[in-house]
Amino acid sequence: MTTIDVKHIAKLAELPLTQEEEKKFKKQLSAILEHIEKLSSVDISQVAETSQVTGLENVDREDSASASFSQEEATSQAKIKHNGLFEVPVILEEAVE
Amino acid sequence: MYGLTIAQARKKLDNKEISAVELTKASLQRLQSLDKKLNAFLTVTEETALESAKKADERIKNGDSTPLLGIPFSLKDMYLTKGIRTTAGSKVLEDYIPQYSSTVVEKLETAGAVLIGKNNQDAWAHGSSGENSDFGSTTNPWNTELVPGGSSSGPAVAVAAGIAPFSMGTDTGGSIRQPAALTNIVGLKPTYGRVSRYGTIAMASSFDTMGHFTKTVEDSAMVLSVTAGKDAKDATSSPKPIDAYTKDIDTSIKGLKIGMPKEYFIDGMDEKVKEATMSAIKKLEELGAEIVEISLPHTQYAIDIYYVLQTAEVSSNLARYDGIRYGNTREFFGDEAKRRIMLGTFVLAHGYYDAYYKRAMKIRTLIKQDFEKAFEKVDVIATPASPTTAWKIGEKVDDPLAMYLSDVFTVTGNVAGIPGLSVPAGFVKNLPVGMQLLGPMFGEKLLFQVGRQYELATKWYEKEPNL
Amino acid sequence: MVRKGAKFMNTFDKLSARYTPVIGLEVHVELNTKSKMFCECDNNWFGAKPNTHTCPVCLGLPGALPVPNKKAIEGCIKIGMALGCDIPLISKFDRKNYFYPDLAKGYQISQYDQPFSEHGSITLSSGKKIGITRAHMEEDTGKLMHETVNGQHVSLIDFNRSGSPLVEIVTEPDFESAEEVKEYLQKLRAIVRYLGVADGDMEKGGMRLEPNISLRAEDQKELPNYKVEVKNINSFNFVVDAIEYEIKRHTEALEKGETPKQETRGWDEDQHRTISQRSKEEAADYRYFPEPDIPPFVWTKEYLDGLRKELPELPDAKKGRFVEQYGLTNYNADLLTRTDAMSRYFEEVVKIGKEQLVDAKTIANTIINKKIDTETVLPAELVKSIVALSQVSGVSDEELQTVLKTVLTHNEKSVADYKAGKTNAIMFLVGQAMRELKGKAKADTVRTELEKLLS
Repeated sequence: MTTIDVKHIAKLAELPLTQEEEKKFKKQLSAILEHIEKLSSVDISQVAETSQVTGLENVDREDSASASFSQEEATSQAKIKHNGLFEVPVILEEAVE
Repeated sequence: MYGLTIAQARKKLDNKEISAVELTKASLQRLQSLDKKLNAFLTVTEETALESAKKADERIKNGDSTPLLGIPFSLKDMYLTKGIRTTAGSKVLEDYIPQYSSTVVEKLETAGAVLIGKNNQDAWAHGSSGENSDFGSTTNPWNTELVPGGSSSGPAVAVAAGIAPFSMGTDTGGSIRQPAALTNIVGLKPTYGRVSRYGTIAMASSFDTMGHFTKTVEDSAMVLSVTAGKDAKDATSSPKPIDAYTKDIDTSIKGLKIGMPKEYFIDGMDEKVKEATMSAIKKLEELGAEIVEISLPHTQYAIDIYYVLQTAEVSSNLARYDGIRYGNTREFFGDEAKRRIMLGTFVLAHGYYDAYYKRAMKIRTLIKQDFEKAFEKVDVIATPASPTTAWKIGEKVDDPLAMYLSDVFTVTGNVAGIPGLSVPAGFVKNLPVGMQLLGPMFGEKLLFQVGRQYELATKWYEKEPNL
Repeated sequence: MVRKGAKFMNTFDKLSARYTPVIGLEVHVELNTKSKMFCECDNNWFGAKPNTHTCPVCLGLPGALPVPNKKAIEGCIKIGMALGCDIPLISKFDRKNYFYPDLAKGYQISQYDQPFSEHGSITLSSGKKIGITRAHMEEDTGKLMHETVNGQHVSLIDFNRSGSPLVEIVTEPDFESAEEVKEYLQKLRAIVRYLGVADGDMEKGGMRLEPNISLRAEDQKELPNYKVEVKNINSFNFVVDAIEYEIKRHTEALEKGETPKQETRGWDEDQHRTISQRSKEEAADYRYFPEPDIPPFVWTKEYLDGLRKELPELPDAKKGRFVEQYGLTNYNADLLTRTDAMSRYFEEVVKIGKEQLVDAKTIANTIINKKIDTETVLPAELVKSIVALSQVSGVSDEELQTVLKTVLTHNEKSVADYKAGKTNAIMFLVGQAMRELKGKAKADTVRTELEKLLS
């Protein structure tokens, strides 16, 4: 049986969980994973993967530019902004030494 | 004046019996009088509705009679509407006003259809009951203590309650066909790629389809004629020319082969639902179709691989909701979204990808091949649309697995990408039952023909809830 | 102090000889397409007002879908071809999932296991081959700026760059010195510029460099068990500095019996050193999976052959030809093929010069030694000035006077004719003088000087 490291997964998914939620999800996700276990019995040795069902190939577009949003439109839905830029609390990418 | 089909309303509009403005006002009135009970709408667009109704009347006056001109409709809140709040049923987008509209919305606007509002739904289209909405459950018009099905709960109810002649939903695992079955209306899940996904909030990108609810199959064909087609903004939309969906709809189904897959008539499903579906299939036989027993051997794995692949795509698609450019922060996600993000993140994580995601993609191939083989033998496949009729609000909320299993008959269509049509097929204890018709890729026209012949023979759609 | 420093340097030299640097490089090259990678926003956003080159797609709005830019894909494949890569017949895009405020969608559309090109190389002047693992297509992120607003430290985001097409070129850990890395970069930049698919403008972030460095002991066969990555450097010289700094840092650590920490570091221009950023132990788990919004790519041989035919003559080939065809030195041929524009200019001048008997070597020397500005000096003008230069500077006044006097002495008849009014006779004298001077002086000058002597 696979156990799920809820804390680690929540961190990867950038989901802030309460301790209670962690407990609840651990239980529920384990039940779902148990249900999924039966997939391991299917013989897939000769089977190709399906990542999409369109059957389409080589869909692209010509390299032409068209109008963009104005700065006002682009930032109209942001809760915090400054001088036409989106604002977030400072991102620490500087020294950790 | 409410509860009209599109075809009926079209006739009255063209005969100048009624105006689009009158029709729209009637819709809005019905909405206002019922929505306290039903909670099917999150936003009502009265002002813009009346404006577009006026414009439609102008066009009608000038002799325009395109099928959806002047017809009121509503949208699941997954469809982006420029300048009109779009929430996906989630508090994360509680006050999001989109800067653009989805392709489907633009097409419907061009066709002259009249948007009366945005519908309630399970948040992010996660759910099969409507209970996962952050804005309260939608109730079933046939019994308001019951769920209407989901995730397209609001749009289904808008049509079932006679508020709008049609509405747009999205179907990723059954979110149109299942609520249609639970509310006695017609629900179409088109072939993947038949209708553009651009501008509709993504749930699971390789499964999402843009479909609709109508009272009749005939109406369903009329709506698809407008929404279908290649969109340069959606690389997965098909360049295949669209069929004349309403043509041949009245042709007899004599000689058509209809497959009945044994994996869809199983122990554990509601016996009465099983019987109702069997008798619906019997009806198709009476109408001249040949019923062929078939097998889709990998059906039992569909739900499981769906919950691997779908949640993985969900975890990625919901990553953009970080509260920076729009909407609220990730703390605002509800339980079901968090659960799916967690599961999806897990199956993609280092060390698990091969065991879960990769394996599921391979089994997806097997399920697709099941259908390809089946459609070599039969023209259409008939199954129940839902293993049960509508259930009590609250009954399954603490058991996500049980909730997931309510998609068991519809999810295969999304896994394979094929079209599915849910048509009213009778009642069990006064609650609606739906029959699902599945067709080969781009086989919508055939589904409409079979569905239409069935509805003309049974007229289940004429039965309306007591509200 | 001096003694101590000298002693340290000696020790250091001795130590570093015991370790061989193992260096790999990732380069992000921004393509110069008109529109962005997956949307129609104008890709020429440099210097534009923030957030004015965005749309639903590159802003990561709900419901938006990517449609790939054909020109960008071709650019990536051409780079792959120019680097001698295999171009697989089947490719696809994948999602690389991670969270960062400048990443609009919470994932970057990139390529994981089926890139557009793989397994190529660049050969350095030493003859050493640097293996290229892959050259794949992806999209750029927005740009973060750190500022203080109302007394609060905040980060501000401009998404104009978000979704610009990038080609990521990854090498094998084949470099053993910073100089090799620098030469590789110069060659790579020349190639993408020749192809015309990228500007490679460092100032504008057109090429961003990420070396990874470790040291291997003399007797060690396998790769080191650690690797330090230095992120996002935007100048060739800084890469050299950062690598040298790291080599020194690692040497010191190893000598103390420590293994340098596996981590990501940044280059601090002001302090001239690298700084730890985040430990690799908690490296992101990118959860790659096939991008469901974009169908796969399946190329035919014919299509790829067609693209290959569009490739221009590349720097190495052109250099070889210059040596062969014009007899240039390797050194000169190298300098003249560093940019496509320079090489074209040279050949243009050669073509014009040929009519005036100016040889290619002289032209090469002139362009290089006189540092000719190829943008302002027209090829024809250059030829003219070479002719003029060589004639005037080829002979001293003294020598000229001697030659002219000799000519007058040996051609008394012509002198007499001239003095008798047959002015045409001077042309014969000029011709004679020019022959003696072997073209080292201008005919005009010779004539003027002769007239002076005859008057």
